[in-house]
Amino acid sequence: MLIHIYINGQKTKIHCQPDAMLLDVLRDAGCKSVKCGCDTTNCGLCTVWLDGKPVLSCSVPAARVNERHVTTLEGVQDEAEKFGSYLVAEGAEQCGFCSPGLIMNVIAMKKELDHPTDDEIRHYLEGNLCRCTGYMGQMRAIRNYMEVEA
Amino acid sequence: MFTIREYAMPESLEEAYTILKSRKGNQILGGCAWLRLGKKRINIAVDLSKCGLDYIREDEERIEIGAMTSYRSVETSDILHGYFNGVIADSVSSIIGTQFRNTVTVGGSVYGRFGFSDFLTPLLALDTTVVLYKKGSVPLEDFMNMPYEKDIIEKVVIAKDGRKASYQMFRNSRADFPVLNLAVSKAADGSFRVTVGARGPKAVRAEKTAAYLTEQLASENGNMDDMIKEAGRLLVNEVKFTDNMRASAEYRKILSGVLLGKAVREVEAC
Repeated sequence: MLIHIYINGQKTKIHCQPDAMLLDVLRDAGCKSVKCGCDTTNCGLCTVWLDGKPVLSCSVPAARVNERHVTTLEGVQDEAEKFGSYLVAEGAEQCGFCSPGLIMNVIAMKKELDHPTDDEIRHYLEGNLCRCTGYMGQMRAIRNYMEVEA
Repeated sequence: MFTIREYAMPESLEEAYTILKSRKGNQILGGCAWLRLGKKRINIAVDLSKCGLDYIREDEERIEIGAMTSYRSVETSDILHGYFNGVIADSVSSIIGTQFRNTVTVGGSVYGRFGFSDFLTPLLALDTTVVLYKKGSVPLEDFMNMPYEKDIIEKVVIAKDGRKASYQMFRNSRADFPVLNLAVSKAADGSFRVTVGARGPKAVRAEKTAAYLTEQLASENGNMDDMIKEAGRLLVNEVKFTDNMRASAEYRKILSGVLLGKAVREVEAC
């Protein structure tokens, strides 16, 4: 089937199967930042924005996104680099595989919540799993980022 | 692995229903969170995204939640926070993560009648009706026991009857499925409802326990601790708990008394 998706603002024509998921379609379209982790809607690695809201692209049928706007890490490079510098400053990144999903959700949280508390940050980001860091460094980085860049 | 042969995005419920009924293997899509975990072979997948079912609205007598409303919208709704002590909004706030809750839909959850559901337990403790496109309005309690018919959930309607409510759940870790959940509501006339979910099978009402609480709390003579203990005893005799990978039936029975006590005290304190 033929669908049109606005990927990072650019209207893109895509031929896909009716059962294709957004994750696979985006990677085929060159958005390699979108990672497949659990593939069972648990880990948050495949997070992208659909019409500005964070969703798990592994569980969104590509056909549902026809004529809608999808944003991946490639579309928020400047903000991602800015937040990335806070992660680096706190030594909060190890293998980096979960980073694209985490960064997309952190930036979404920054748009949605004003001055969130630690509990609110944890709650918003519960769907982003990291097997390396233990989250403490990430929490420091996120807290600093939210305070300084608010 | 699931497969979809054809994908349809109708713009009205009539069109959606016509497609749904046109062939055996046709199916309505909800939030699709569990789709990838199954092995369904869907002929035509019917996506309701363009049918205008994404809303939470209220009038003088009721609150309506459209079938394609996401859990995140439920969680952040000012309307839902404003009634029944916010139990409906709170009940979905611990489910996996924000991104997940942005995709899961009310209609998909209600239609699925999943045993682990956080959402159905408090809904069942309120005066809730499920509105189906063809069959019309069905009380949620009846809907829970209906076979999986080919119809379309249009919305869920909750009567604004001034109930006070409490939702309690226990999880092994945050964002996990609940080991057990329980809701209690009290109407203006003093009558209670008690519902238990994540007990293994789907959520049910505990009528005898509710009747006991109604009678005892109306008299205002007894000791609260003793009364809750007796209500807990009635509850484990009335509701069936089963074993699964998250907990044993025995553990759930013990837990149910604790959650019941918390819920009753919370409702009485309102």
